[in-house]
Amino acid sequence: MSIIADHINYTYEIGTGFERQAIKDISFVIEDGEFIGLIGHTGSGKSTLIQHLNGLVKATSGTVYYNGQDIYDKDYDLKTLRSKVGLVFQYPEHQLFETDIFKDVCFGPKNLGLPKMEVELRAFEALRMVGLEENLYYQSPFDLSGGQKRRVAIAGVLAMKPEVLILDEPTAGLDPKGRDDILECLRYLKEETGMTIILVSHSMEDVAKYVNRIMVMNDGVLMYDDTPKNIFTHYRELEEIGLAAPQVTYIMNDLKNAGFDVNTGAITVDEAVESIMASVR
Amino acid sequence: MLRDITIGQYYQTESVIHKLDPRVKLMGTLVFIISLFLGKSVWIYLGATIFLAVVIKLSNVPLKFILKGLKAVVLLIVLSAAFNLFLTDGRVLVHFWIFTITAEGLYQAVFMVIRLIYLIMGSSLMTLTTTPNHLTDGLEKGLGFLKKIKVPVHEISMMMSIALRFIPILIEETDKIMKAQLARGADFENGNILKRAKAMIPVLVPLFISAFRRANELAMAMEARCYHGDEGRTKMKPLKYQKRDRIAYISMFGYLAVLIALNVWMSGRII
Repeated sequence: MSIIADHINYTYEIGTGFERQAIKDISFVIEDGEFIGLIGHTGSGKSTLIQHLNGLVKATSGTVYYNGQDIYDKDYDLKTLRSKVGLVFQYPEHQLFETDIFKDVCFGPKNLGLPKMEVELRAFEALRMVGLEENLYYQSPFDLSGGQKRRVAIAGVLAMKPEVLILDEPTAGLDPKGRDDILECLRYLKEETGMTIILVSHSMEDVAKYVNRIMVMNDGVLMYDDTPKNIFTHYRELEEIGLAAPQVTYIMNDLKNAGFDVNTGAITVDEAVESIMASVR
Repeated sequence: MLRDITIGQYYQTESVIHKLDPRVKLMGTLVFIISLFLGKSVWIYLGATIFLAVVIKLSNVPLKFILKGLKAVVLLIVLSAAFNLFLTDGRVLVHFWIFTITAEGLYQAVFMVIRLIYLIMGSSLMTLTTTPNHLTDGLEKGLGFLKKIKVPVHEISMMMSIALRFIPILIEETDKIMKAQLARGADFENGNILKRAKAMIPVLVPLFISAFRRANELAMAMEARCYHGDEGRTKMKPLKYQKRDRIAYISMFGYLAVLIALNVWMSGRII
């Protein structure tokens, strides 16, 4: 059970004079149950890359394998793949269209041709998982707040019971509270279901706390693919490509340079506090 | 999928044609279209072909790119060719079953196809070499005389430029929404017409909502910058004729004059 990307390349608008290579020879393996942060500057190709994983975009060359099967095979069922690899786009609330929230969440499982009972059961479960209050279920999706709408949209994908969940900038445009709600919701999902989650973001700070592997993209190339701790040792290089390590990394490195014996691999504020306290004691 | 539409698109490159005043290009397009309807002699079309070829060469836009715009209207061209071919009376060339092809029909069909293709090539050449903003600027200034009879030229051109500006945005938005619904298992390709039309609802509803939202935001942004229509409004880059524009005018009217002279000489009529 895994996703394998094998030397994929993708070029936009071939033969129009506006050609641009968005993905350059990227290979990786994603195992079951991983929580991955995919990070890159705007235009680095991360959104394009994730669309390869559920077959919405076909690589110009190279292949993607899902559970050992080539998804570009002629008789491969892309619709099933899309239910297994759930993709939540950026600003997913812009895709809500039904008259009430519950119906909107039913859209996905209904498209899978499931019986009505199963569809509604899944919709309830998905809405419960994203933590939406039950009295909202039959309201119009357009009456909700931004954060609520986004959770409904995420539920819309969850209701298909994907094995892998990919979210493109799920916190973009939300206030700090809405952002924390979404991220906590993802952490809960991970613990509850054990599904593989790929979180696309341009903010290290958001991602560092939650994921156990980070992939950094720059200009269509997969630059780093490692644990957060190892990634942040490259914080100078990350700066050069317009990204930044968490603030904690900077403080810890500065302290180390000032002669304190602290752990520069600390990622969260709590870890940093512990390490600093230990060194001054 | 939807990005393949090239009609009305701008092709970014450096060329004399790109630099011309938009009014010149608008007039040039008009002159070219008029010239296509002058007559039906081979010489007229030879003249038009040379004119078009020279302009394309000068514009630095690849011919392949211009021809791609024709793909969208192939059906129209084929249909009009077929109508002309089969429904024109005259000297019978071939006859089979219910179809009759006459010499006159063949002649008509060929000219009609050339006319349509040149028409589209000519006008898409204008949009390919002129940014939408430039185009509406040119329209506004070129049709400025209509203000005297209370035609709201400025408002119309403003609406036009906003509409043009939003076409690529809405196309991209449609693409994005379609992909998002595909990711939720939507199916746009299978089923009968009714089923496929129904499958468009999850795309159209969000698209309309986003179009209204954008319109609202734009109106708000324009008001915040004190937009109040035409009165007292000045331009950052006012249109001014240069030497090259004069040369372009002289050559296009020269071209028209030559074709009219040719036509008079060939058939004894002006049109």
